[in-house]
Amino acid sequence: MIEISHVNKWYGPSFQVLKDCTTSVAKGEVVVVCGPSGSGKSTLIKCVNALEPFQEGQIILDGVKVNDPKTDLPKLRARVGMVFQHFELFPHLRIIENLCLAQEKVLGRSHDEAVAKGDKLLERVGLKAHANKYPAELSGGQQQRVAIARALAMDPIAMLFDEPTSALDPEMISEVLDVMVDLAHEGMTMMVVTHEMGFASKVAHRVIFMDKGEIVEDAQKTDFFGSPRSERAQKFLSKILSH
Amino acid sequence: MFGNLDFDVIRRSLPYLFLDGMSFTLMLTGLSALGGLVFGTLIALMRLSSYKLLGRIAGLYVDFMRSLPLVLVIFWFYFLVPYIGQWLTGASRPIRVGAFTSSLVTFIMFEAAYFSEIMRAGIQSISRGQPAAASALGLTYAQSMRYIVLPQAFRNMLPVLLTQTIVLFQDTSLVYVLSIPDFLGAASKVAQRDGRLVEMYLFAAAVYFVISCLASWGVRRLQARIAIVR
Repeated sequence: MIEISHVNKWYGPSFQVLKDCTTSVAKGEVVVVCGPSGSGKSTLIKCVNALEPFQEGQIILDGVKVNDPKTDLPKLRARVGMVFQHFELFPHLRIIENLCLAQEKVLGRSHDEAVAKGDKLLERVGLKAHANKYPAELSGGQQQRVAIARALAMDPIAMLFDEPTSALDPEMISEVLDVMVDLAHEGMTMMVVTHEMGFASKVAHRVIFMDKGEIVEDAQKTDFFGSPRSERAQKFLSKILSH
Repeated sequence: MFGNLDFDVIRRSLPYLFLDGMSFTLMLTGLSALGGLVFGTLIALMRLSSYKLLGRIAGLYVDFMRSLPLVLVIFWFYFLVPYIGQWLTGASRPIRVGAFTSSLVTFIMFEAAYFSEIMRAGIQSISRGQPAAASALGLTYAQSMRYIVLPQAFRNMLPVLLTQTIVLFQDTSLVYVLSIPDFLGAASKVAQRDGRLVEMYLFAAAVYFVISCLASWGVRRLQARIAIVR
Protein backbone atom coordinates (compact mmCIF):
# COMPACT_ATOMS: atom_id res chain seq x y z
CA MET A 1 0.00 0.00 0.00
CA ILE A 2 2.74 2.46 1.02
CA GLU A 3 6.23 1.83 -0.33
CA ILE A 4 8.95 4.16 0.92
CA SER A 5 12.35 3.61 -0.66
CA HIS A 6 15.65 5.38 -0.08
CA VAL A 7 14.07 8.73 0.83
CA ASN A 8 16.53 11.54 1.55
CA LYS A 9 15.45 14.99 2.60
CA TRP A 10 17.42 18.11 3.44
CA TYR A 11 16.39 21.38 5.00
CA GLY A 12 18.64 23.93 3.36
CA PRO A 13 21.95 22.88 1.86
CA SER A 14 23.41 20.94 4.78
CA PHE A 15 20.83 19.78 7.34
CA GLN A 16 19.63 16.29 6.50
CA VAL A 17 16.34 15.35 8.20
CA LEU A 18 15.75 12.00 6.51
CA LYS A 19 18.58 9.62 5.70
CA ASP A 20 17.96 6.79 3.27
CA CYS A 21 14.61 5.80 4.77
CA THR A 22 13.16 2.60 3.38
CA THR A 23 10.10 0.80 4.68
CA SER A 24 6.59 -0.17 3.68
CA VAL A 25 3.08 -0.55 5.01
CA ALA A 26 1.02 -3.41 3.61
CA LYS A 27 -2.74 -3.31 3.13
CA GLY A 28 -4.50 -3.73 6.46
CA GLU A 29 -1.28 -3.35 8.39
CA VAL A 30 -0.84 -1.04 11.39
CA VAL A 31 2.66 0.39 11.66
CA VAL A 32 3.75 2.54 14.58
CA VAL A 33 6.63 4.96 14.11
CA CYS A 34 8.38 6.08 17.27
CA GLY A 35 11.60 7.78 18.26
CA PRO A 36 12.93 10.80 20.11
CA SER A 37 11.73 14.26 19.11
CA GLY A 38 13.57 15.64 16.12
CA SER A 39 14.20 12.16 14.75
CA GLY A 40 12.27 12.90 11.55
CA LYS A 41 9.25 10.69 12.16
CA SER A 42 6.68 13.46 11.58
CA THR A 43 8.58 14.59 8.51
CA LEU A 44 8.57 11.06 7.12
CA ILE A 45 4.82 10.60 7.55
CA LYS A 46 4.18 13.99 5.92
CA CYS A 47 6.25 12.90 2.94
CA VAL A 48 3.83 10.04 2.36
CA ASN A 49 1.03 12.37 1.22
CA ALA A 50 3.47 14.98 -0.11
CA LEU A 51 2.72 17.62 2.49
CA GLU A 52 6.52 17.74 2.75
CA PRO A 53 8.63 17.49 -0.39
CA PHE A 54 11.78 15.37 -0.44
CA GLN A 55 14.78 15.49 -2.71
CA GLU A 56 15.79 11.88 -3.28
CA GLY A 57 14.21 8.46 -3.32
CA GLN A 58 10.59 7.60 -4.00
CA ILE A 59 7.32 6.87 -2.27
CA ILE A 60 4.62 4.83 -3.96
CA LEU A 61 1.11 5.05 -2.58
CA ASP A 62 -1.36 2.47 -3.85
CA GLY A 63 0.60 2.23 -7.11
CA VAL A 64 0.92 6.02 -7.60
CA LYS A 65 4.34 7.66 -7.38
CA VAL A 66 3.97 10.51 -4.88
CA ASN A 67 7.02 12.49 -5.98
CA ASP A 68 6.23 12.40 -9.68
CA PRO A 69 5.55 15.97 -10.87
CA LYS A 70 2.77 14.59 -13.07
CA THR A 71 0.86 13.14 -10.11
CA ASP A 72 -2.40 14.91 -9.30
CA LEU A 73 -1.58 15.53 -5.62
CA PRO A 74 -5.01 16.80 -4.45
CA LYS A 75 -6.62 13.69 -5.93
CA LEU A 76 -4.05 11.42 -4.29
CA ARG A 77 -4.31 13.14 -0.91
CA ALA A 78 -8.09 12.84 -0.95
CA ARG A 79 -7.64 9.07 -0.79
CA VAL A 80 -5.43 9.09 2.30
CA GLY A 81 -6.72 10.39 5.61
CA MET A 82 -4.44 12.41 7.84
CA VAL A 83 -4.81 13.35 11.50
CA PHE A 84 -2.60 16.10 12.92
CA GLN A 85 -1.09 16.72 16.32
CA HIS A 86 -3.02 19.97 16.72
CA PHE A 87 -6.32 18.66 15.25
CA GLU A 88 -6.52 21.46 12.65
CA LEU A 89 -10.28 21.56 12.54
CA PHE A 90 -11.51 24.61 10.64
CA PRO A 91 -12.50 27.02 13.44
CA HIS A 92 -14.91 29.10 11.33
CA LEU A 93 -17.01 26.08 10.36
CA ARG A 94 -19.41 24.02 12.46
CA ILE A 95 -18.44 20.43 13.27
CA ILE A 96 -20.74 18.96 10.64
CA GLU A 97 -19.50 21.50 8.08
CA ASN A 98 -15.94 20.44 8.88
CA LEU A 99 -16.95 16.93 7.88
CA CYS A 100 -18.91 17.92 4.78
CA LEU A 101 -16.66 20.48 3.07
CA ALA A 102 -14.17 18.14 1.41
CA GLN A 103 -16.82 15.49 0.70
CA GLU A 104 -18.74 18.05 -1.35
CA LYS A 105 -15.89 20.07 -2.88
CA VAL A 106 -13.47 17.22 -3.56
CA LEU A 107 -15.58 14.08 -3.96
CA GLY A 108 -18.55 15.94 -5.42
CA ARG A 109 -21.09 14.38 -3.06
CA SER A 110 -24.41 16.12 -2.65
CA HIS A 111 -24.96 18.09 0.55
CA ASP A 112 -27.52 15.61 1.88
CA GLU A 113 -25.27 12.69 1.14
CA ALA A 114 -22.34 14.41 2.87
CA VAL A 115 -24.42 15.29 5.93
CA ALA A 116 -25.70 11.72 6.20
CA LYS A 117 -22.18 10.35 6.03
CA GLY A 118 -20.96 13.00 8.48
CA ASP A 119 -23.72 12.22 10.96
CA LYS A 120 -22.94 8.53 10.81
CA LEU A 121 -19.27 9.11 11.52
CA LEU A 122 -19.97 11.58 14.33
CA GLU A 123 -22.19 8.98 15.91
CA ARG A 124 -19.41 6.46 15.57
CA VAL A 125 -16.94 8.69 17.47
CA GLY A 126 -19.66 9.51 20.00
CA LEU A 127 -20.11 13.18 19.13
CA LYS A 128 -23.39 13.35 17.25
CA ALA A 129 -24.82 15.79 19.78
CA HIS A 130 -22.10 18.30 18.95
CA ALA A 131 -22.70 18.45 15.17
CA ASN A 132 -23.80 22.08 15.20
CA LYS A 133 -21.15 23.42 17.56
CA TYR A 134 -17.96 25.17 16.60
CA PRO A 135 -14.59 23.45 17.20
CA ALA A 136 -13.62 25.93 19.94
CA GLU A 137 -16.58 24.71 22.01
CA LEU A 138 -15.17 21.16 22.18
CA SER A 139 -12.42 19.70 24.35
CA GLY A 140 -9.13 18.63 22.80
CA GLY A 141 -10.05 14.96 22.85
CA GLN A 142 -13.40 15.67 21.23
CA GLN A 143 -11.75 17.83 18.56
CA GLN A 144 -9.31 15.07 17.73
CA ARG A 145 -12.15 12.55 17.40
CA VAL A 146 -13.89 14.97 15.04
CA ALA A 147 -10.64 15.23 13.07
CA ILE A 148 -10.55 11.44 12.73
CA ALA A 149 -14.19 11.42 11.62
CA ARG A 150 -13.42 14.18 9.10
CA ALA A 151 -10.64 12.09 7.59
CA LEU A 152 -12.81 8.95 7.54
CA ALA A 153 -15.60 10.82 5.74
CA MET A 154 -13.44 10.71 2.62
CA ASP A 155 -13.48 6.87 2.64
CA PRO A 156 -9.68 6.74 2.76
CA ILE A 157 -7.69 3.68 1.68
CA ALA A 158 -5.20 4.37 4.50
CA MET A 159 -4.88 6.66 7.51
CA LEU A 160 -1.82 8.63 8.61
CA PHE A 161 -1.66 9.78 12.24
CA ASP A 162 0.93 12.41 13.19
CA GLU A 163 1.27 12.33 16.99
CA PRO A 164 -2.51 12.35 17.46
CA THR A 165 -2.40 12.39 21.25
CA SER A 166 0.68 14.53 21.95
CA ALA A 167 -1.28 17.75 22.40
CA LEU A 168 -3.92 16.21 24.66
CA ASP A 169 -4.41 16.23 28.40
CA PRO A 170 -3.78 12.75 29.86
CA GLU A 171 -7.44 12.04 30.63
CA MET A 172 -8.41 12.65 27.00
CA ILE A 173 -5.81 10.41 25.42
CA SER A 174 -7.72 7.18 25.89
CA GLU A 175 -10.91 8.39 24.19
CA VAL A 176 -8.86 9.12 21.06
CA LEU A 177 -6.88 5.88 21.28
CA ASP A 178 -10.13 3.90 21.64
CA VAL A 179 -11.31 5.22 18.28
CA MET A 180 -7.97 4.35 16.73
CA VAL A 181 -7.98 0.83 18.19
CA ASP A 182 -11.45 0.25 16.71
CA LEU A 183 -10.19 1.41 13.34
CA ALA A 184 -7.22 -0.95 13.54
CA HIS A 185 -9.47 -3.87 14.41
CA GLU A 186 -11.61 -3.10 11.37
CA GLY A 187 -8.58 -3.64 9.18
CA MET A 188 -7.75 -0.04 8.28
CA THR A 189 -4.24 0.46 6.93
CA MET A 190 -2.59 2.78 9.41
CA MET A 191 0.74 4.53 9.82
CA VAL A 192 0.91 6.09 13.27
CA VAL A 193 3.58 8.37 14.68
CA THR A 194 3.14 8.14 18.44
CA HIS A 195 4.80 7.65 21.80
CA GLU A 196 1.86 5.60 23.08
CA MET A 197 3.60 2.26 23.49
CA GLY A 198 0.45 0.77 25.01
CA PHE A 199 -1.34 1.42 21.74
CA ALA A 200 1.61 -0.01 19.81
CA SER A 201 1.71 -3.22 21.82
CA LYS A 202 -2.06 -3.61 21.56
CA VAL A 203 -2.73 -3.14 17.84
CA ALA A 204 0.48 -2.56 15.89
CA HIS A 205 1.80 -5.23 13.57
CA ARG A 206 5.17 -3.57 13.15
CA VAL A 207 7.12 -0.91 14.99
CA ILE A 208 9.61 1.41 13.33
CA PHE A 209 12.15 3.21 15.50
CA MET A 210 13.74 6.34 14.09
CA ASP A 211 16.65 8.40 15.38
CA LYS A 212 18.47 11.33 13.77
CA GLY A 213 16.61 10.90 10.49
CA GLU A 214 17.39 7.21 10.11
CA ILE A 215 15.20 4.16 10.43
CA VAL A 216 17.23 2.35 13.08
CA GLU A 217 14.87 -0.53 13.70
CA ASP A 218 11.97 -1.91 11.67
CA ALA A 219 10.64 -5.01 13.41
CA GLN A 220 7.58 -7.10 14.14
CA LYS A 221 5.90 -5.88 17.31
CA THR A 222 6.88 -8.86 19.44
CA ASP A 223 10.50 -8.66 18.33
CA PHE A 224 10.61 -4.95 19.01
CA PHE A 225 9.23 -5.09 22.52
CA GLY A 226 10.93 -8.38 23.33
CA SER A 227 14.47 -7.53 22.39
CA PRO A 228 15.20 -4.46 20.32
CA ARG A 229 18.38 -5.10 18.41
CA SER A 230 19.83 -1.61 18.48
CA GLU A 231 21.22 0.07 21.53
CA ARG A 232 19.48 3.35 20.70
CA ALA A 233 16.08 1.70 20.61
CA GLN A 234 16.78 -0.07 23.89
CA LYS A 235 17.70 3.23 25.52
CA PHE A 236 14.60 4.93 24.13
CA LEU A 237 12.30 2.15 25.29
CA SER A 238 13.79 2.03 28.76
CA LYS A 239 13.25 5.78 29.09
CA ILE A 240 9.60 5.83 28.09
CA LEU A 241 8.60 2.50 29.63
CA SER A 242 10.24 3.07 33.02
CA HIS A 243 7.40 5.27 34.31
CA MET B 1 -18.77 87.62 15.99
CA PHE B 2 -21.45 84.96 15.64
CA GLY B 3 -24.01 87.69 15.01
CA ASN B 4 -23.21 87.76 11.32
CA LEU B 5 -23.57 84.02 10.84
CA ASP B 6 -26.57 82.65 9.02
CA PHE B 7 -26.99 78.97 9.88
CA ASP B 8 -30.21 78.81 7.90
CA VAL B 9 -28.07 78.38 4.79
CA ILE B 10 -27.39 74.85 6.01
CA ARG B 11 -31.08 74.05 6.29
CA ARG B 12 -31.75 75.45 2.87
CA SER B 13 -28.99 73.43 1.22
CA LEU B 14 -29.57 70.15 3.09
CA PRO B 15 -31.17 68.26 0.17
CA TYR B 16 -28.34 69.21 -2.15
CA LEU B 17 -25.67 68.42 0.46
CA PHE B 18 -26.98 64.98 1.32
CA LEU B 19 -28.90 63.72 -1.72
CA ASP B 20 -26.19 64.79 -4.14
CA GLY B 21 -23.04 65.24 -2.09
CA MET B 22 -23.21 62.62 0.64
CA SER B 23 -24.68 59.92 -1.60
CA PHE B 24 -21.75 60.45 -3.98
CA THR B 25 -19.27 60.26 -1.10
CA LEU B 26 -20.83 57.08 0.30
CA MET B 27 -21.05 55.45 -3.10
CA LEU B 28 -17.41 56.27 -3.85
CA THR B 29 -16.37 54.98 -0.40
CA GLY B 30 -18.37 51.76 -0.69
CA LEU B 31 -17.34 50.87 -4.23
CA SER B 32 -13.69 51.78 -3.58
CA ALA B 33 -13.58 49.67 -0.43
CA LEU B 34 -15.15 46.72 -2.25
CA GLY B 35 -12.86 47.02 -5.27
CA GLY B 36 -9.86 47.68 -3.06
CA LEU B 37 -10.61 44.57 -1.04
CA VAL B 38 -10.92 42.35 -4.12
CA PHE B 39 -7.75 43.64 -5.77
CA GLY B 40 -5.98 43.96 -2.42
CA THR B 41 -6.64 40.27 -1.74
CA LEU B 42 -5.30 39.34 -5.18
CA ILE B 43 -2.17 41.43 -4.57
CA ALA B 44 -1.74 39.83 -1.14
CA LEU B 45 -1.96 36.36 -2.74
CA MET B 46 0.61 37.43 -5.34
CA ARG B 47 2.97 38.67 -2.62
CA LEU B 48 2.67 35.39 -0.73
CA SER B 49 2.93 33.30 -3.88
CA SER B 50 5.81 30.88 -4.27
CA TYR B 51 6.51 32.42 -7.68
CA LYS B 52 9.08 35.02 -6.70
CA LEU B 53 8.47 37.21 -9.75
CA LEU B 54 4.77 37.67 -8.93
CA GLY B 55 5.69 38.62 -5.39
CA ARG B 56 8.23 41.16 -6.61
CA ILE B 57 5.75 42.80 -8.96
CA ALA B 58 3.11 43.03 -6.25
CA GLY B 59 5.64 44.38 -3.76
CA LEU B 60 6.77 47.07 -6.18
CA TYR B 61 3.18 48.10 -6.83
CA VAL B 62 2.39 48.40 -3.12
CA ASP B 63 5.56 50.38 -2.39
CA PHE B 64 4.91 52.65 -5.36
CA MET B 65 1.32 53.44 -4.37
CA ARG B 66 2.21 53.97 -0.74
CA SER B 67 4.96 56.44 -1.48
CA LEU B 68 2.80 58.85 -3.49
CA PRO B 69 0.44 61.46 -2.02
CA LEU B 70 -3.15 60.49 -2.77
CA VAL B 71 -4.02 63.94 -4.15
CA LEU B 72 -1.28 63.61 -6.70
CA VAL B 73 -2.49 60.18 -7.80
CA ILE B 74 -6.06 61.45 -8.19
CA PHE B 75 -4.85 64.42 -10.16
CA TRP B 76 -2.50 62.53 -12.42
CA PHE B 77 -4.91 59.76 -13.00
CA TYR B 78 -7.68 62.10 -14.09
CA PHE B 79 -5.44 63.55 -16.77
CA LEU B 80 -3.69 60.32 -17.71
CA VAL B 81 -6.58 57.85 -17.97
CA PRO B 82 -7.96 59.32 -21.22
CA TYR B 83 -4.54 58.93 -22.83
CA ILE B 84 -3.99 55.44 -21.44
CA GLY B 85 -7.44 54.52 -22.76
CA GLN B 86 -6.53 55.92 -26.13
CA TRP B 87 -3.32 53.94 -26.19
CA LEU B 88 -5.06 50.73 -25.11
CA THR B 89 -7.97 50.95 -27.54
CA GLY B 90 -5.99 52.50 -30.36
CA ALA B 91 -8.53 55.31 -30.66
CA SER B 92 -7.63 58.40 -32.62
CA ARG B 93 -8.16 60.78 -29.72
CA PRO B 94 -8.12 60.59 -25.89
CA ILE B 95 -11.19 58.72 -24.69
CA ARG B 96 -13.65 60.50 -22.41
CA VAL B 97 -13.67 59.27 -18.84
CA GLY B 98 -16.08 60.78 -16.35
CA ALA B 99 -14.76 62.29 -13.14
CA PHE B 100 -16.57 59.60 -11.12
CA THR B 101 -15.09 56.68 -13.06
CA SER B 102 -11.66 58.21 -12.94
CA SER B 103 -11.76 58.86 -9.20
CA LEU B 104 -13.25 55.40 -8.54
CA VAL B 105 -10.45 53.68 -10.46
CA THR B 106 -7.89 55.79 -8.61
CA PHE B 107 -9.27 54.99 -5.20
CA ILE B 108 -9.57 51.27 -5.96
CA MET B 109 -5.95 51.13 -7.11
CA PHE B 110 -4.75 53.19 -4.16
CA GLU B 111 -6.75 51.34 -1.53
CA ALA B 112 -5.80 47.97 -3.02
CA ALA B 113 -2.24 48.72 -1.90
CA TYR B 114 -3.34 49.33 1.69
CA PHE B 115 -5.92 46.53 1.84
CA SER B 116 -3.37 44.09 0.42
CA GLU B 117 -1.04 44.71 3.37
CA ILE B 118 -3.92 44.12 5.78
CA MET B 119 -4.99 40.93 4.02
CA ARG B 120 -1.38 39.74 3.86
CA ALA B 121 -1.10 40.10 7.62
CA GLY B 122 -4.44 38.32 7.95
CA ILE B 123 -3.38 35.39 5.79
CA GLN B 124 -0.08 35.10 7.64
CA SER B 125 -1.95 35.06 10.96
CA ILE B 126 -3.55 31.71 10.00
CA SER B 127 -1.45 28.83 11.32
CA ARG B 128 0.26 26.75 8.64
CA GLY B 129 -1.58 23.69 9.85
CA GLN B 130 -4.84 24.99 8.40
CA PRO B 131 -3.83 24.95 4.72
CA ALA B 132 -1.97 21.69 5.43
CA ALA B 133 -5.17 20.12 6.77
CA ALA B 134 -7.06 21.43 3.74
CA SER B 135 -4.49 19.94 1.37
CA ALA B 136 -4.53 16.64 3.26
CA LEU B 137 -8.28 16.44 2.59
CA GLY B 138 -7.62 16.84 -1.12
CA LEU B 139 -8.60 20.49 -1.52
CA THR B 140 -6.65 22.33 -4.21
CA TYR B 141 -4.70 25.52 -3.45
CA ALA B 142 -7.55 27.65 -4.77
CA GLN B 143 -10.17 25.75 -2.75
CA SER B 144 -8.06 25.91 0.38
CA MET B 145 -7.75 29.70 -0.02
CA ARG B 146 -11.41 30.17 -0.88
CA TYR B 147 -12.96 28.01 1.84
CA ILE B 148 -10.38 27.84 4.63
CA VAL B 149 -7.74 30.57 4.66
CA LEU B 150 -9.40 33.69 3.25
CA PRO B 151 -12.63 33.48 5.30
CA GLN B 152 -10.58 33.25 8.49
CA ALA B 153 -8.14 35.96 7.41
CA PHE B 154 -11.02 38.24 6.45
CA ARG B 155 -12.78 37.66 9.75
CA ASN B 156 -9.63 38.28 11.79
CA MET B 157 -8.89 41.45 9.86
CA LEU B 158 -12.43 42.82 9.63
CA PRO B 159 -11.95 45.54 12.29
CA VAL B 160 -8.75 46.76 10.62
CA LEU B 161 -10.37 46.69 7.18
CA LEU B 162 -13.30 48.74 8.46
CA THR B 163 -11.01 51.24 10.18
CA GLN B 164 -9.15 51.65 6.89
CA THR B 165 -12.54 52.20 5.22
CA ILE B 166 -13.28 55.05 7.65
CA VAL B 167 -9.99 56.65 6.64
CA LEU B 168 -11.02 56.11 3.02
CA PHE B 169 -14.37 57.82 3.74
CA GLN B 170 -12.47 60.92 4.83
CA ASP B 171 -9.96 60.65 1.99
CA THR B 172 -12.68 60.69 -0.67
CA SER B 173 -13.04 64.42 0.08
CA LEU B 174 -9.79 64.84 -1.87
CA VAL B 175 -11.72 64.52 -5.12
CA TYR B 176 -12.32 68.25 -4.70
CA VAL B 177 -9.21 68.71 -6.88
CA LEU B 178 -11.36 67.43 -9.76
CA SER B 179 -14.21 69.83 -8.82
CA ILE B 180 -16.50 66.87 -8.17
CA PRO B 181 -19.47 67.66 -5.92
CA ASP B 182 -18.93 65.06 -3.22
CA PHE B 183 -20.16 66.05 0.24
CA LEU B 184 -17.31 68.46 0.92
CA GLY B 185 -17.39 69.70 -2.68
CA ALA B 186 -21.12 70.39 -2.42
CA ALA B 187 -20.68 72.23 0.88
CA SER B 188 -17.86 74.21 -0.63
CA LYS B 189 -19.97 75.18 -3.66
CA VAL B 190 -22.79 76.48 -1.47
CA ALA B 191 -20.25 78.26 0.73
CA GLN B 192 -18.73 80.14 -2.22
CA ARG B 193 -22.04 80.90 -3.87
CA ASP B 194 -23.66 82.35 -0.74
CA GLY B 195 -20.49 83.68 0.85
CA ARG B 196 -21.09 81.51 3.92
CA LEU B 197 -17.68 79.87 4.27
CA VAL B 198 -17.57 79.62 8.07
CA GLU B 199 -21.02 78.09 8.43
CA MET B 200 -20.64 75.54 5.67
CA TYR B 201 -17.14 74.37 6.57
CA LEU B 202 -18.10 74.13 10.24
CA PHE B 203 -21.10 72.03 9.28
CA ALA B 204 -19.08 69.81 6.93
CA ALA B 205 -16.51 69.19 9.67
CA ALA B 206 -19.26 68.31 12.13
CA VAL B 207 -20.83 65.81 9.70
CA TYR B 208 -17.51 64.07 8.95
CA PHE B 209 -16.75 64.00 12.66
CA VAL B 210 -20.09 62.48 13.68
CA ILE B 211 -20.13 59.82 10.94
CA SER B 212 -16.51 58.77 11.52
CA CYS B 213 -16.96 58.67 15.30
CA LEU B 214 -20.11 56.57 15.06
CA ALA B 215 -18.42 54.21 12.63
CA SER B 216 -15.34 53.85 14.86
CA TRP B 217 -17.59 53.11 17.80
CA GLY B 218 -19.36 50.45 15.74
CA VAL B 219 -16.03 48.88 14.78
CA ARG B 220 -14.94 48.73 18.43
CA ARG B 221 -18.16 46.96 19.38
CA LEU B 222 -17.71 44.52 16.52
CA GLN B 223 -14.13 43.88 17.61
CA ALA B 224 -15.29 43.01 21.10
CA ARG B 225 -17.85 40.59 19.70
CA ILE B 226 -15.36 38.86 17.41
CA ALA B 227 -12.93 38.54 20.33
CA ILE B 228 -15.55 36.65 22.32
CA VAL B 229 -16.46 34.28 19.51
CA ARG B 230 -12.82 33.29 19.19
